[in-house]
Amino acid sequence: MATTTASATETHTEQAGRNRGQRVLGRVVLYVVATGFALFAALPFAWMVLTTFKADSDLYRPANNPFVYNDPPTWHNINLLWNDTSYPTFILNTLLVAVVVVLITIAVVVPAAYALTRLTGRWGESLGILIFLVYLVPPTLLFIPLTGVVADLGLQNSKWAMVLVYPTFTIPFCTWLLMGFFRGVPWEIEEQAMIDGYSRIQAIWKTVLPVSLPGILTVVIFSFTLSLHEFVYALAFVQSSDQKTVSVGVFTELIRGDVFFWQSLMAAAALVAFPVALLYNYFLDRFIAGFTLGAVKG
Amino acid sequence: MKHPTFRTDRDTMARVETRNLVKQFTASGAPAVNGISLQTTDGEFLVLLGPSGCGKTTLLRMIGGLEKPTSGDILIGDRVVNDLPPRARQIAMVFQSYALYPHMNVRNNISFPLKAAKLDKAAIEQKVQWASSILGIDQLLDRKPRQLSGGQRQRVALARALVREPNVFLLDEPLSNLDAQRRASARDELQVFQHEIGTTTIYVTHDQVEAMGLGDRIAVINDGTIRQLGTPHEIYEDPADTFVATFLGSPPMNLVERDGDLVGFRPEAVELVPPEHGDASSWLHLTLAEAREEYLGSEKLIYGEIDGVRVVARVHAGTPMPAHEGGKIPITVNRAALRIFDKDSGLRRQPASDSVSASPAEEASA
Amino acid sequence: MSATTTRDERYLMDRDRVLGPLFLLPAVVYILALVGLPLVLAVLYAFSDVTVADPRISGRDDFVGFDNFRAIWSDNVFRKALRNTVVFTLISQVIVLLLANILAMVLSADFHGKRLVRFLVLLPWTTPVALGVLGWFWMLDSVYSPIDWMMREVGLLGPDTPFGPARNMYWLGTTHLAQGAVILVHVWRTLPLATVILLAGLTAIPQDIRDAADIDGAGFWRQLFYIRLPLLLPIMAVALLFAIIFAFTDLTIALVLTRGGPVNDTQVLASWAYFKGIQGGNLAQGAAIALFLLPVLVAIAIAMLRLARRAGEETA
Ligand SMILES: Nc1ncnc2c1ncn2[C@@H]1O[C@H](COP(=O)(O)OP(=O)(O)O)[C@@H](O)[C@H]1O
Ligand SMILES: [Mg+2]
Repeated sequence: MATTTASATETHTEQAGRNRGQRVLGRVVLYVVATGFALFAALPFAWMVLTTFKADSDLYRPANNPFVYNDPPTWHNINLLWNDTSYPTFILNTLLVAVVVVLITIAVVVPAAYALTRLTGRWGESLGILIFLVYLVPPTLLFIPLTGVVADLGLQNSKWAMVLVYPTFTIPFCTWLLMGFFRGVPWEIEEQAMIDGYSRIQAIWKTVLPVSLPGILTVVIFSFTLSLHEFVYALAFVQSSDQKTVSVGVFTELIRGDVFFWQSLMAAAALVAFPVALLYNYFLDRFIAGFTLGAVKG
Repeated sequence: MKHPTFRTDRDTMARVETRNLVKQFTASGAPAVNGISLQTTDGEFLVLLGPSGCGKTTLLRMIGGLEKPTSGDILIGDRVVNDLPPRARQIAMVFQSYALYPHMNVRNNISFPLKAAKLDKAAIEQKVQWASSILGIDQLLDRKPRQLSGGQRQRVALARALVREPNVFLLDEPLSNLDAQRRASARDELQVFQHEIGTTTIYVTHDQVEAMGLGDRIAVINDGTIRQLGTPHEIYEDPADTFVATFLGSPPMNLVERDGDLVGFRPEAVELVPPEHGDASSWLHLTLAEAREEYLGSEKLIYGEIDGVRVVARVHAGTPMPAHEGGKIPITVNRAALRIFDKDSGLRRQPASDSVSASPAEEASA
Repeated sequence: MSATTTRDERYLMDRDRVLGPLFLLPAVVYILALVGLPLVLAVLYAFSDVTVADPRISGRDDFVGFDNFRAIWSDNVFRKALRNTVVFTLISQVIVLLLANILAMVLSADFHGKRLVRFLVLLPWTTPVALGVLGWFWMLDSVYSPIDWMMREVGLLGPDTPFGPARNMYWLGTTHLAQGAVILVHVWRTLPLATVILLAGLTAIPQDIRDAADIDGAGFWRQLFYIRLPLLLPIMAVALLFAIIFAFTDLTIALVLTRGGPVNDTQVLASWAYFKGIQGGNLAQGAAIALFLLPVLVAIAIAMLRLARRAGEETA
């Protein structure tokens, strides 16, 4: 009797010890793997930042340890970027294009998403999925015919070509995204507003829109960041540096033949990449909710 | 009335009428509302009563203009409003969920309809004050809806409906979100409130106690049709068919078969002690098999069977149980309390008894 | 006012039938004009002789039948590009699927610094592609690559070393290394998207299912194979389909990292379409090349529709 109890306790503690050992091991593996992934993902960006502040004499000596500052770090490259290149123009163009695209997107997407959730009954949902599928038509399939269309419209080599074309990917995605938000707004509050003496459009304006403000903000952020990300159309449509946006301008203008202004190049990339990443990251969960196609509820 | 200035500029007769109203949501399924005709009188409190899913909400929403009828007409103040949007119907509606605007505080919720009517600031403020004092929510004006209790929300919704000076109030189960205790007092307040305001009200509920307590008249609805329209007294005493008979009353009316008809009597019509001059011409004698009693304090219920049909009697708690003979007890019911129904159609067969005044509303028999 | 009111013009905008189409119109017009029409044009271009200098199809004589397809098919580079597109996509997405499962599992656990890890791990997706890839471009530089420096330091590179005698690996200058680099950057870029989609699926597995499995004493691997993976299958399919689309149709990585080099060994359909169509000015051939993306896209769209329909049925 006593022995069985003893052995039972023994195996019990043994098991507990093993469990604890496993748990500690599990944690260690977890941290190692997490760190590994983070390093892999962030490496190019860390490298950008490191490079940005290097002096020429440091950077261009292959024997130097590239992971440290052998010469003191310098702001010189950022000054150069800001004062002697078209970078400020790229930034302005990028912002201009993005802001106008956001405005167009909102103006088109809000009524469309509303109609698909509220006014079109059963086939609204199917049509919504169809519109979302349009998002999957890649720029690389369309950029050649669109180059022709843009030329026909007299917009070749103009940033307005981008303003015109970017909504083709922001509209499908954001319509889908906003439909999710509108579905969550109780019908009754807009019906109440209509009872209270407002027309349907006024009811939307005064109840549905204020209540779905987070959704609209999400649409703003995503159409903004998607515009900032775009590369293919920008590359195909625009050739003069005064019309270029950052993602194309940096790549095509700051590399002159074989001459690379590496530090300024990296500064240019990092200066845009991080703010965009922060903005995007903040709204990512909503973005993902759109991507999961309702295969996941939540 | 506390505020006699109210309702002076009312120009239309606030009467609601539906003519053969039908609503069919899906082409294949049964209609949610299947040919309803009813008419309110000015200032009346009309209750639509029926089990869940019978089409009450759909009917109310059609009157409000939120749902388009498949066929039939809706008239408000003698004017066909079928093609008018809700805002042009001069109605107020309180949803089951209250539908308070979550992004506005109570004051803005209440003044929202007034802004639509483009009243000036002072007038709006005055009306908000007036409505909120009637409903006792003056203290809550700066709160957001989510900071309110269920009862407070209901009052805000009522206040918002009130300031519109509507021709008609449409209320869809406004008390169903309250707990049992709050519900009883809210029912009472609502009745006082409606009498004070005197606005025609159509009130939807599936709760017969609410319907009996509140309604000037009740329309009992089942499967999208009106089974009976009448005063609470008529509905209770003279049910038009077995559905109405068994839907109202708790426990509901007993129905036993006699000579090929269904004979109905209320549990409280049952006497356990045979009346002294209980001759068969004015009293019906029955035998309750397998009788057992349930004590409820002020009264008790006696359950049993007659010809295999369950029967319930309700008697004063002090009434002694008669002697059992193998669980069998004799009961008597005054013939005046009997209601005879056709066995096949379920419709009332015998004309209304003299004890009850005849219904002025012809629809009742329709 | 008349006793009866029929269709009143003032209330036109309150009707669903009027307002619905009106609200949808701008979106539909936009998509038809700038996605639908170009899609049709893409096909027309492919059978025509349009160039950047003369982008109009004005008549019958602008159509050249299958000439463009014959021309691109006889071109060795096109076949390389076609093969590369498929191979790069397949290899990178197999790796992505594997890594995304691991990473999603890591991110669904609780640990210190999780928010930071999440932010960093998502950077490749949240930053503009072209800029991120520039970072890789510089890291893989032919002279100043830090990887080369490390290899030199540990004696792997330079005179009398295993990879010597050269002092540099020329990552983007040698065929296989460059192809590997393109695949690596594809993995780097699409991993975050696949991960977050999977993560959404993972957190949607009801806690009580996991608890029940814990109580039943199911170990890590049992839980993984009998609970997580089967439940995650639909969402994994969604993640994979998106990742495939982005990898398959990518132009940015190929262009910024290698410009299709060395000697077209990393050319993909999209980049080759760009070089032919935009840089070379031969819109017709460019369109014909890009058209080869279409069958795969259609297949994926159909798969997506099926998934969405099934999800819809389950919710209903
Ligand atoms: N928008 C709708 N679409 C389809 N069927 C509906 C809709 N609204 C209500 N119904 C159906 O109509 C019937 C009546 O519903 P309702 O009027 O809400 O009943 P009640 O309010 O009496 O509970 C129900 O069977 C319900 O399922
Ligand atoms: Mg209802």
